Amino acid sequence: MKIQLTETNASEIAAEFMRARIRAGSPVMGMVMTLIIVVDEDGADDAMEAAKEASHEHPARVLGVILGDGRGAGVVNAQVGTGGGWAGETALIRLKGEVTKHPESVVLPLLLPDSPVAAWWPKDHPDDPAEDALGRLAGRRITDAAFVTRGKLKALHGQCLAYSPGNTDLAWTRLTPWRALLAAALDQHPGRVTAASVSAERISPSADLLVAWLADRLKIDVARRTSDGPGITSAVLETKDGEIRIDRPDGRLATFSSPGKPDRPVALKRKDLPELLAEELRHLDEDDVYAATARALVKQAAS
Amino acid sequence: MADRDARTQTKAPRANPLRDPQDKRLPRIAGPCGLVLFGVTGDLSRKKIMPAIYDLANRGLLPPGFSMVGFARREWHDQDFAQIVHDSVKQYARTEFREEVWRQLAAGFRFVPGDFSDDVAFEHLRRTIEELDEERGTAGNHAFYLSIPPKFFGDVVRQLHEHKLASPDDGSWRRVVVEKPFGHDLTSARELNDVLDGVFPPESVFRIDHYLGKETVQNILAIRFANAMFEPLWNSNYVDHVQITMAEDIGIGGRAGYYDGIGAARDVIQNHLLQLLALVAMEEPISFDAASLVTEKLKVLSSVRLPARLDLTTARGQYDAGWSGGVKVPGFFDEEGIPADSHTETYAAVKLHIDTRRWANVPFYLRTGKRLGRRVTEVAVVFKQAPHQPFSATATEDLTHNALVIRVQPDEGMTLRFGSKVPGTAMEIRDVSMDFAYGGAFTESSPEAYERLILDVLLGDPPLFPRHAEVEASWKILDPVLEHWARRGKPDAYPSGTWGPASADKMLVRDGRSWRRP
Repeated sequence: MKIQLTETNASEIAAEFMRARIRAGSPVMGMVMTLIIVVDEDGADDAMEAAKEASHEHPARVLGVILGDGRGAGVVNAQVGTGGGWAGETALIRLKGEVTKHPESVVLPLLLPDSPVAAWWPKDHPDDPAEDALGRLAGRRITDAAFVTRGKLKALHGQCLAYSPGNTDLAWTRLTPWRALLAAALDQHPGRVTAASVSAERISPSADLLVAWLADRLKIDVARRTSDGPGITSAVLETKDGEIRIDRPDGRLATFSSPGKPDRPVALKRKDLPELLAEELRHLDEDDVYAATARALVKQAAS
Repeated sequence: MADRDARTQTKAPRANPLRDPQDKRLPRIAGPCGLVLFGVTGDLSRKKIMPAIYDLANRGLLPPGFSMVGFARREWHDQDFAQIVHDSVKQYARTEFREEVWRQLAAGFRFVPGDFSDDVAFEHLRRTIEELDEERGTAGNHAFYLSIPPKFFGDVVRQLHEHKLASPDDGSWRRVVVEKPFGHDLTSARELNDVLDGVFPPESVFRIDHYLGKETVQNILAIRFANAMFEPLWNSNYVDHVQITMAEDIGIGGRAGYYDGIGAARDVIQNHLLQLLALVAMEEPISFDAASLVTEKLKVLSSVRLPARLDLTTARGQYDAGWSGGVKVPGFFDEEGIPADSHTETYAAVKLHIDTRRWANVPFYLRTGKRLGRRVTEVAVVFKQAPHQPFSATATEDLTHNALVIRVQPDEGMTLRFGSKVPGTAMEIRDVSMDFAYGGAFTESSPEAYERLILDVLLGDPPLFPRHAEVEASWKILDPVLEHWARRGKPDAYPSGTWGPASADKMLVRDGRSWRRP
């Protein structure tokens, strides 16, 4: 059930959350966090849909914030709902006029008591999410360098430069299956890695992070090669036994080769948004490995 | 864990630079290995094991080259076996069907036709496994899953031994997986264990009690030991008694052959309910590794004492025809294959004491049954009443005992029952229930119990598997009850769709208590 509130404010939205709960006959909810989604009108539906699916693993109060035209007097409109496939509560809040400069004033009173807050920018993100008005409210700030609409080349580098504890990027989340497979490969072939390379399409923030991660962990230079994609198409580690190699030409099925072993197929599908978001919300503390990787990436770019 | 596995497999342990204890995202992926499945056509294989294997592959938790060999008395080829798995996965897998995952898996399917006494077939099995080590890189690591009736365990295990399938080469492993029933009394459990023990070392035997793979059961430990507010109350100072219930709304269906002669107590109390009791009642383990958990579970199971008068403190029943949930259902004796003189119980309840300081004078009531009111498994910790009430007796008339209920399935969650004022000008207090449901988190996206357990077998991670000593301890508890019942003739009848026989209710009334309606 969705209730439209026009020319409203935070306390009316909060009251509507409570009314919706009582209407549903269930005054207790097991929500574990508040998720703030900062998005434009075009991206709102997709982002809310992804959050809805992720809410099944992480029941949350989801606050979609659409920052509209900043001119004129401030207007707050909201659509408040529960049910309809959501595990938790949701409000899509549209801001126009002066109030777009003060979105935190609307969001702050709506944060669930005590529990953690995550913020997610599905497309364009602020240069420094931790200093952003809404980002400051959150302990976890999720950007997506692969989906910015302007400055694609620089987006990831900018995020790594601006890294502050709690930041993370979905380009990093997309890497988890690759990293897991590479780590498992080295469990089997514990020798020293002498060289490594990563091939991916020309613009691939995930590939850049993979290069930085491998270089940082293995203390070697890692070559970055360009391919036609999609996404990352191969990763190769040279060991004294021979070559460990993962090739994924089609974005779905990879071939895993390692020294002295037959080649084997491995499903390595590119994950979709709800899965990525759900993984991201599973650990809300600082991601130390990402922090180290971001530092390494900045250092590599400078050298 | 995966890196622990790696350490045991490589002679010179050297830290993997790509692993970092801080890296919580990296999942545990099993090392190179394969699974040999005996009992391919059984319900359990088709409904649970095969779908769980697929789901594991789909989540990227199986190693590249993972292989599965089916063994059965069928004239099948590899592709016939693959077809069986395919159908089962399509019908029962929890994650979506993806062609590339299927291709990865199916490339490692093999089938070996034969009898359990057939030497040629086991020789064929050995060659198949060796070929897989060559072609698929399974590295000599194989788990034998005995999804077959226990009477065949002896034959299969002997064959595995004779054909040198049970003894791994250096740096690889062989494991055996068995399902309940682990015997039907202490003696038979020991015999069964001797059969396995003679061939596989104890740490290579994985006994599956699928309850222990359930997220909500593992969560009992989290609730108890990760929080500050429950454990201080978790003792005889505050707890009046504990009720552990596993109720099913279905009858025995087509399982007469298995069920007759076994009954509710052997089928459910011996394993699931006593394991739940152990987790609820045990002391805090010094860590969550297998050895520490087993130590604590064993301690508490060994301190369980039966009451002296079993006639007053146990109850059993058989369901009559009746109406269950708006459907007319047959009675136990109308089920096909149940002899008219069967004494097998379909309902069993027992009262147990735990002789420790923590639980002195706190009875644990365990019950299970078929064709009960609804399907539910729960643990209810019922607290004592407040020692003093400043309110008048009339004000607190409606107030009963505070209770904390952990629902294991379905509707996984927790209920807290406490007293609260009735709105209005008068001071009256009544019970309110605060009900917490795990918002789908533990039901949809989380792995099924079998996924978790099969992965743990492949990783060699044993905390969630009961050890033989626990099996023995639980038979020691149950055997006197079973013997008592065997001397007492026929169980009481109870109408289908109700909460069991009147004798079970009387059993609690004698103690001044009553069963919760779950």
